[in-house]
Amino acid sequence: MFRNQYDTDVTTWSPTGRLFQVEYAMEAVKQGSAAIGLRSRSHVVLACVNKAQSELSSHQKKIFKVDDHIGVAIAGLTADGRVLSRYMRSEAINHSFTYESPLPVGRLVVHLADKAQVCTQRSWKRPYGVGLLVGGLDESGAHLYYNCPSGNYFEYQAFAIGSRSQAAKTYLERRFESFGDSSREDLIKDAILAVRETLQGETLKSSLCTVSVLGVGEPFHFLDQETIQKVIDTFEKVPEDEAGEAGEAGEGEAEAAVAAAPAEQGGGGAGDQDVAPMEM
Amino acid sequence: MTKQHANWSPYDNNGGTCVAIAGSDYCVIAADTRMSTGYSILTRDYSKIHKLADKAVLSSSGFQADVKALQKVLTSRHLVYQHQHNKQMSCPAMAQLLSNTLYFKRFFPYYAFNVLGGLDENGKGCVFTYDAVGSYEKVGYSAQGSGSTLIMPFLDNQLKSPSPLLLPAQDAITPLSEPEAVDLVKTVFASATERDIYTGDKLEIMILKADGIKTEVMDLRKD
Repeated sequence: MFRNQYDTDVTTWSPTGRLFQVEYAMEAVKQGSAAIGLRSRSHVVLACVNKAQSELSSHQKKIFKVDDHIGVAIAGLTADGRVLSRYMRSEAINHSFTYESPLPVGRLVVHLADKAQVCTQRSWKRPYGVGLLVGGLDESGAHLYYNCPSGNYFEYQAFAIGSRSQAAKTYLERRFESFGDSSREDLIKDAILAVRETLQGETLKSSLCTVSVLGVGEPFHFLDQETIQKVIDTFEKVPEDEAGEAGEAGEGEAEAAVAAAPAEQGGGGAGDQDVAPMEM
Repeated sequence: MTKQHANWSPYDNNGGTCVAIAGSDYCVIAADTRMSTGYSILTRDYSKIHKLADKAVLSSSGFQADVKALQKVLTSRHLVYQHQHNKQMSCPAMAQLLSNTLYFKRFFPYYAFNVLGGLDENGKGCVFTYDAVGSYEKVGYSAQGSGSTLIMPFLDNQLKSPSPLLLPAQDAITPLSEPEAVDLVKTVFASATERDIYTGDKLEIMILKADGIKTEVMDLRKD
């Protein structure tokens, strides 16, 4: 996308019928660190990569609780994401107050999308620079939606957004058909494996990712570092174990396993993974 | 020309009594379960006790429609607090919130007579008592509602420091043990039920401690 004379205002159409400012906003989403969402019939898992500005700082919060039954993972301008999360929380609380029942996820994403659309049709505003993966459970089951800065939203079985998300999406595309019937544990494992794909060679440690779960009888909550590390340990082992655990013939998997193993041996085993530079 | 007056009232009194007693590491909150209107009984099985937070329980008598609305507002505000602070509200914080919420409607009040019970930041029992527009005080024990005039003098007799002239009742905490406090509550309600027509049917007792909340139900006279 090159600089052109139709991209100054969000209210200016290009001759080919595009709103460049909106498209530029979508670019901002691609710059953010990866966020991944998957769902089964009864659970939704949201995971993200913890990217910190420097070793000295803590990482930014990218997954927010909206209500006991809804969570959201963001990628892009995290400040915009924070503001939208506050809006979503307020919508959930107001709905609960009026109807004394949890806000259906589909309704929430429509409100969000309409809010985003407003910013694409006002000359004094700019589109939100954040993509949202909204995961939730309501009477019609478990849902995962993706909300764009454009004001569009789509429902997914599994999706990834942010930088290097294509690697995660490739992994998810191979496996998504089995997610519907996945157990909670398998779903979490797949989420963490998808996160690993976005790291592309970097050793997967529990301090590098944040994982959240919600489901039937399980309100939204974050998994603690220990639990995540245990799941990582089931596949970040010696290559022979790796092939057995993963249980599938994807060549991408095997390559990643081989890449992980030498790094693993260098690190001296899973025990050392707990000592991260900044435990938060 | 005399002023025209409304031929209806937005308020009704559903009766009932609420009591709370604070202990050194517990708090007892109790209320009867009778809901009335005029001289009739609407139901014998209505709870006037509502848990707002892990360490704060509200019990209110008066106009139950207003009580319900008040509970909903406080619950929603508590959710907002949890999102902002990543923790539950403490009892003293909830006490202030309740006071502000009540005063917010100073010129069309919630017809609710509240007693807030719970554990403070140090794990000690605390009770806050209110009027309809938010004036509140931290106390060691309190009673509100139709039976309060029968119960409060007896609680004063049992729990207040013996001589206010020599030893002013400084500490708001009662030196009773938990079973003694529960027993006292059962006694006062049994007595109030005898003479207050709006109190009776069942007694619901909630005991709040650091490790959780226990609920007990006791039968009261149904006449």
